[in-house]
Amino acid sequence: MLVEFGSFALILAFAFSLAQLGLSAAARVRRSTTLAAAGEGAAVAAFLGVAVAFAILMHAFVVSDFSVANVAANSHSEKPMLYKVAGTWGSHEGSILLWCLALTGYGAAAALLSRSLPRGLRAVMVATQGGLGSVFLAYTVFASNPLARIAAAPVEGRSLNPLLQDPALAIHPPFLYAGYVGMSVVFSLAVAALVEGRVDAAWARWVRPWALAAWSLLTIGIMLGSFWAYYELGWGGWWFWDPVENASFMPWLVAAALLHSAVVTEKRGALAGWTVFLALAAFTFSMLGAFLVRSGVLTSVHAFAVDPRRGVLLLIILGVMAGAGFGLFAWRAPALSPGGVFAPVSRESALVLNNILLAAATATVLLGTLYPLIREALTGESISVGPPYFNLTFTPLMAALLILLPAGPLLAWKRGDAAGAAQRLWAAALIALGVGLAVYAVVSPRKAMGAAGLALGAWLIAGAAAELVERTRAFRSPAAESWRRLVRLPRGAWGMTLAHLGLGVFVLGACFETGWRQEAAETLPLGGSLDVGGYHLRLDQVGAIEGPNYEAERGRVRVTRSGQPICEAAPERRIYSAGGQTTSEVALCYRGFSHLYIVLGERRDAAGTPVWLVRAYWNPLATLLFLGPVVMALGGFVSLSDRRLRLGVASKRREQPA
Amino acid sequence: MSLLPKSPKARRRLTLIAAIAPVLALAVGLALWGLGDSVSFFYTPSQAAQAHPPPGRSVQLGGLVARGSVVKHADGAVEFTVQDQHAVDRVVFQGDLPDLFREGQGVVAVGAFRADGVFEAKRVLAKHDERYMPREVAKALKAQGEWRGDGARPNYGSASAGGV
Repeated sequence: MLVEFGSFALILAFAFSLAQLGLSAAARVRRSTTLAAAGEGAAVAAFLGVAVAFAILMHAFVVSDFSVANVAANSHSEKPMLYKVAGTWGSHEGSILLWCLALTGYGAAAALLSRSLPRGLRAVMVATQGGLGSVFLAYTVFASNPLARIAAAPVEGRSLNPLLQDPALAIHPPFLYAGYVGMSVVFSLAVAALVEGRVDAAWARWVRPWALAAWSLLTIGIMLGSFWAYYELGWGGWWFWDPVENASFMPWLVAAALLHSAVVTEKRGALAGWTVFLALAAFTFSMLGAFLVRSGVLTSVHAFAVDPRRGVLLLIILGVMAGAGFGLFAWRAPALSPGGVFAPVSRESALVLNNILLAAATATVLLGTLYPLIREALTGESISVGPPYFNLTFTPLMAALLILLPAGPLLAWKRGDAAGAAQRLWAAALIALGVGLAVYAVVSPRKAMGAAGLALGAWLIAGAAAELVERTRAFRSPAAESWRRLVRLPRGAWGMTLAHLGLGVFVLGACFETGWRQEAAETLPLGGSLDVGGYHLRLDQVGAIEGPNYEAERGRVRVTRSGQPICEAAPERRIYSAGGQTTSEVALCYRGFSHLYIVLGERRDAAGTPVWLVRAYWNPLATLLFLGPVVMALGGFVSLSDRRLRLGVASKRREQPA
Repeated sequence: MSLLPKSPKARRRLTLIAAIAPVLALAVGLALWGLGDSVSFFYTPSQAAQAHPPPGRSVQLGGLVARGSVVKHADGAVEFTVQDQHAVDRVVFQGDLPDLFREGQGVVAVGAFRADGVFEAKRVLAKHDERYMPREVAKALKAQGEWRGDGARPNYGSASAGGV
């Protein structure tokens, strides 16, 4: 009964989304505040409908109601509670419902929180959001009903794929989707600006909080996914340039470009057309991501829940939405005002260069991701584009961006002083050079590229510090004065510094881990040992244990370094009875920011005695890889709490978008 | 300076083009170079027999793991045979097989042929999900008429597993 009520709520939500589209559009045409208020009410009602359906689906998972097809296919009564809850978004249907929940949630928030927007703009935005909502809800209701019953309920469910039964992955989709779908508000605002024919500083200021929130959540989501791949796939790597990873990375890159170009539009009124273009592109890439992941058109190590037939529907949705958005752009953008002028050396130019490089990087990733499809359509050959392509194309573009990055914030608007900026950065440059040379001289084996990468990371961190020094006039004015300036720095400035700092931390981790990772694999009998990264690993014992819904072999590996005990690791190899799938539970032994990564493999027989294939990686500074994005996202949230982004709603503090 | 256009608007456009052009040239150049060099072709055994990829060239070999062909050595090496309708290839691999590696199931081996025709895999991929086959394998087998549907699809609902 409850489940039918959920289906009904979903259909109701679809109807409300349609009403939202119709009422708000009519409000714009008729200039009616009554109709506009009704449209906003419909937006809230649509969100409530989806929320009810979502809660009911979650309830069905929690109580293991196997008469629901989705639950029967993805849950199991013995599964731990966390994964029963996470099972809600573990399937195609469930994840699309989560998408709709986020979409209508953002729609309702945008309707409620945009009181300060001009009426016409607001009505068009709410209508666009309603349009997006009705399309995705129509897809959910008619093609992917998460609450469909089955005639003969099985006694037991087929369980969630064991690889997905992991805490990081349980919370990864909500963050990722909150990030993806957050771009929908930006998309709607762009459409509204094009319809109204006005893109000005105020518009850019409304775009920024939504873009910031979405970008920050996406950063966390991607980081969680990468962390999951790192310790759950057991390959010792954290990024594979896999299509699914690229699908989430492209909207991130575009959103990063948008954040920067929106600053120019807000502060100087320039780049208006380009900012609108990026705002449209960000959500288009989000939809492309959903399509690539859900349709399975590209072979991926991450692709679960794929359904090629419904993939075509998603492709049609993507085509129609993006086509409408960019069509409108082509029609209306030429009428937008060109904005202020600026000199070749200025903050604006630095941000334009940032955007050119980010856009070029996105384009190379897009080409590499879609090339197998293009090639197959043209010649019929199946190919794959591997990490070498991305390392060759993406890395140099990013390196150029990172080299220029610290100079940007030090240049003045309109006309900057290159010599002045260079003067303020010489200390940072010396630090970076020092780090590079020190690493080149000290760390063995000697690697020039790795050392250069670390110098780049140090350059970013020192550059962020130099920017802070400049803003507070530290070392030039009395300490008390500097302190006063530091405390009074706007949150937006802190946010930027933190985000750039986080990027530097990430680059340090990425270059160190990639350059100096060590790997060893051997088959070991009990008591056998192997060495990796100066550590000595001894397989002491392998015992059988029983988990809630799996059985496992758990190894005990004693780690020593020159005789001194370091840690005991317990890698596992689990066999899930439902589905008969095995997974490896990696054991991580943390040494400062570095990881010793141990995988217990299959049992084999060597002349009667059992041996285990043990693989171990020494991943130096790997924690920084995940810490960096966290700092970046933190920067985003700090910036989001800046008062200036809440102008007009300052009297109502709780109304900050999140 | 006389070469620069007089109007500020045209001048700005020129500066912008001057900034974009090198980045664009770099990106396009790198992309073409990258796509030429680091693309790896997918073959089934019979396609590989026709195409004859040179030894050492990185390719992907996909097909079904022949039943009874898997030999696991005590030193961690694994040998198995990948087959399609018309041809077979012997594959050697050093390391742990993926969790969903099964005899009779689809698999993609990434690596290169040796001069003696044996395929040396650097990585072996099976799908995470037991209900689906690697897409290229499914397509190639369909083309050969050996397709027997999406594995053990449940007969209830159109459900699918997982979500990343």
